[in-house]
Amino acid sequence: MLRLEKTKENSFDILSLHGEVDASNSVQLDEVIKELMESGSKNILIDGGELEYISSAGLGVFMSYLEDFQEKEINFRIFNLSPKVSEVFKILGLDQLIPIHSTKTEAFAG
Amino acid sequence: MKYRLDIACQTSALSDLRAFLKDSLQNFSISEIDQHQLTLAVEEVCANLIIHSHGCNPQDHINLEIKDSGEKLIFEISDQGEAFNILDYEAPDLKKVILEKRKGGLGIILVKKIMDEIEFESKNGTNTCRLIKWFRS
Repeated sequence: MLRLEKTKENSFDILSLHGEVDASNSVQLDEVIKELMESGSKNILIDGGELEYISSAGLGVFMSYLEDFQEKEINFRIFNLSPKVSEVFKILGLDQLIPIHSTKTEAFAG
Repeated sequence: MKYRLDIACQTSALSDLRAFLKDSLQNFSISEIDQHQLTLAVEEVCANLIIHSHGCNPQDHINLEIKDSGEKLIFEISDQGEAFNILDYEAPDLKKVILEKRKGGLGIILVKKIMDEIEFESKNGTNTCRLIKWFRS
């Protein structure tokens, strides 16, 4: 079960992930990130505070946009990950490719 | 002790798989982080089978059995589909995944990094993938 919630704070678009991302619902995550990118957002922040689980299907969605973010000069950051989810990013080395912050304040500051 | 689950080949069954693994793995003295990673590795293999070997056909089934030998946990995943031998697939380079904007391939990296041993055999129409994790004391 996955619930996605979009909010805006100043120039930051925050996408909060609630629940679990797997192969059955990663397309929802894909669509929302695509929408944010196409709407011209320059700062996309992922709030992972309520993210309980993410499989490669979800991680692959993030990976597939990294090139676009770079080309379009979009700041993409993730914050608030639980230790167990954060560990999965580390296993893959995604923490070297995506800025991961502990708190929203840190993510705002970059 | 043995734990067994049969799931239909549809991605909506993955949450049932996770619930089963959560219940089963609670009986072993492994950390929450390890439980989470083992769940992820088993799910990655099952998701691959569901999507690539069975084309999400809910008439097909995958069987999972967890065996505890005392010093290692064995996750035995069997199916009767087109054989998907994870050992034949090289884990892709991350940079290549980004450049090609691929959404797949990461699962294989995860399984290979999380598990200590992987075995695969195909016999009499049944494919069996064994994911093995040693207990470290």
